[in-house]
Amino acid sequence: MSEDTAAVPAQKSAPIAKESSISALLGSPAGRNTGLVVALVLLCLGGVVTAGDRFADVDNLLTILRLAAVIGVVSVGMTFVITGGGIDLSVGAIVALSSVWATTLATQGIANDLHWIVIVFTALLVGGACGLINGVLIAYGRVVAFIATLASLAAARGLAEIISNRKTQIVNVPGFTAFFDASVLGVPVLVVIFAVLAAGGWVLLNRTTFGRRTFAVGGNPEAARLAGIDVRRHTVWLYTLLGLCCGLAAVMLIARTTTGSATHGGLYELDAIAAVVIGGTLLTGGRGTIAGTVFGVLIFTTLSNVFTLNNLSISAQAVAKGAIIVVAVLLQQRLARRSGA
Amino acid sequence: MTALLSVRGLVKRFPGVTALQGVDFEVRAGEVHCLLGQNGAGKSTLIKVLSGAHRPDEGEIRWRGEVVSFGNPTAAMRSGVAAIYQELDLVAGLSVADNVFLGHELSTMGFSRRSEARRRTRALLDRLGHPDISPDRDVGRLSVAHQQVVSMARALSLDGQLLIMDEPSAVLDPDEVRVLFGIIREITAQGVAVIYISHRLAEIREIGDRVTVLKDGRTVATGLSARETKTSELIALMTGRVLDNVFPQRKPVDPAAPEVLVVRGLADGDRFAGVDLTVHAGEVVGLAGLVGSGRSEILETVYGARKAAEGTVEVDGRKLRRGSVGAAVRAGMGLCPEERKSQGLLLDQAVYRNITVSSLSSFASFGFLDDRAERARSMKLTEALDVRPPGVGRVVRGLSGGNQQKVVLARWLLRECRVLLLDEPTRGVDVGARSEIYELIRELADSGVAVVVVSSDVEEVLGLADRVLVVREGRVVHDGPADEIDESRVLDLVMEGHAA
Repeated sequence: MSEDTAAVPAQKSAPIAKESSISALLGSPAGRNTGLVVALVLLCLGGVVTAGDRFADVDNLLTILRLAAVIGVVSVGMTFVITGGGIDLSVGAIVALSSVWATTLATQGIANDLHWIVIVFTALLVGGACGLINGVLIAYGRVVAFIATLASLAAARGLAEIISNRKTQIVNVPGFTAFFDASVLGVPVLVVIFAVLAAGGWVLLNRTTFGRRTFAVGGNPEAARLAGIDVRRHTVWLYTLLGLCCGLAAVMLIARTTTGSATHGGLYELDAIAAVVIGGTLLTGGRGTIAGTVFGVLIFTTLSNVFTLNNLSISAQAVAKGAIIVVAVLLQQRLARRSGA
Repeated sequence: MTALLSVRGLVKRFPGVTALQGVDFEVRAGEVHCLLGQNGAGKSTLIKVLSGAHRPDEGEIRWRGEVVSFGNPTAAMRSGVAAIYQELDLVAGLSVADNVFLGHELSTMGFSRRSEARRRTRALLDRLGHPDISPDRDVGRLSVAHQQVVSMARALSLDGQLLIMDEPSAVLDPDEVRVLFGIIREITAQGVAVIYISHRLAEIREIGDRVTVLKDGRTVATGLSARETKTSELIALMTGRVLDNVFPQRKPVDPAAPEVLVVRGLADGDRFAGVDLTVHAGEVVGLAGLVGSGRSEILETVYGARKAAEGTVEVDGRKLRRGSVGAAVRAGMGLCPEERKSQGLLLDQAVYRNITVSSLSSFASFGFLDDRAERARSMKLTEALDVRPPGVGRVVRGLSGGNQQKVVLARWLLRECRVLLLDEPTRGVDVGARSEIYELIRELADSGVAVVVVSSDVEEVLGLADRVLVVREGRVVHDGPADEIDESRVLDLVMEGHAA
């Protein structure tokens, strides 16, 4: 939705326009995602060519999706915050804190006595509370988002280390592990959760008053305020939503690794921001796309997978990632200039 | 006499639009050449082409008889052409002297020659009649009028022969405009030419020598006498149609009409105090005052965008919570803010989203928006207001000032608001669209809306309002019917606080 309105001027403009068909296509909303799809397809082709059946294997593809699911959930939440004109550097630390809090012996004890869902609620509660604190600091305390969440990053990971005593906490709650290890029609539960969250996120951003206010607040906070939107309250909601996503990601990470640890979610903030940005969401706010974010996540995860299958180092992956981010942003700027002229 | 600058058949295309399609005119040394045209006529593009910010696609620019092509603004400045934009391009935090020589710093072997820069800045400021501005002041702490003088000094620092000024008076008070005109007269007497752009015809008559009129990217008339050409002729050239009466007819306000907006003893503890204001249904109240007199602050405080320290605001007899825009909007208030682009609009979003942003909940069921209904309702409104080009899916940034203002007005029409607060409703709006907006404001009032208009244009306040309040230094110094006061008395009150 946000996407098709942006393209209208290009389509209805006077016939004098002499844009090349390629840049016109890339500028259109379907086109922007087409670019991402093409990139993903090229990556997959690269995978097939270099790793053959080891890449094009159902199990391998499910592995990619399972890996993408956790960071994907964080990235969907991040899309909201960035579209709303904010930034959150503390997501990785919040994931770590949530994972640790939800797997302490005390929590596990209660979970075993009552129900495994206790772990899920604890993680969501911790994540949501961290997001709420971020939001209140930024909206009502008027601390710049970058600084406020930088502080949370340090504090949350520190707190996670204190609680866990820097030890990895093994999860021993049979119901919990069984539920998240299961598959629905051959698709792992983690992937299903990500798909449902992404779909829900798309609806929330593009079809609801909440989403529309997010675009307004990110596009021009002063105009949004004078139009009668409670910008501060909305900002708090955005960060709380992202905190909840971090809590959920923590649950998924606990399930995937069967542990809670203060080292979980390392550099998630950078991975999530990178995925959001190459997906086409403007870092300055006011424009955002969930579909783009999902593709961004898939591109990065597939890239890692292809590199790993070819025994290339993590360092080489990092270089490739950096290059992709730069190319994607340069491309975006070109398109923005064209449509803005 | 050969022309200093002559332009022939200038064409500039952007993807999707041809902004200039054949502009011809020439500027002589020492003259004030006025460019007239509605918003979207191509004036801004023309300035950018002349000052080197854009390259033309066709046509030629001759500068002192030679064909030139300025690759960038610095190259143009070195040749003696400099533009002063509406949004002044000064760097706050740097001193006046640093700003004047920004981009062409004086230096010897890499070391900046600060005292020399200061001395030359001093000389330039003296030449511009402003020995009161210190070269060492931080530009960010100067008034807008003084910043403009610094911009002019910057333009002249490289031996400028042609100054292009884009609506310099829009941000100035009447007395500051007089000072500006004094400066322009002085520098033109020294042989510098000025291209002057303004929407205010009265100014063009006062300062201009010749006029070129642009319409739809073309020159429709050039070399007209600024003083002798009839207003009706100029307007007809700009709009392509004849306008006779700019201000709509007033209907007498029904004395029995209910009081919709009642403000008592409003004060913000700083800029203004003791403001009483009552607006009846169907009444237009004008607030006149200088920039900085507190008039905009009063409006914003009534709206809740600033928190009041004292006093009450009531709409239909219900007291509003202080400092809450949400409460004001729910009570039926709407504000068209002074800075349309930075305060009023979501520039990169579609027209319909700008219109429905204050009424989202009325289009939603359980939080889900009915996009089709939003577009349909917005379409009706934009058709009724004649927003051009039509189409509610367009991005607002591409619309002209007048059409953008209509979009903001449509936002509050959609809410059927009870009280409409308008801050400088026609700033940056061209003559044709201006009378349409006047018409619209009148129609709204006639339908029972209580309207408050703030404007630095006294003629506008008097032409539009039923009742006029004059604000000076944060106090209301006059409150009376508009037809019992004239422009010169309002100006006296505005400056002196009492009728001379």
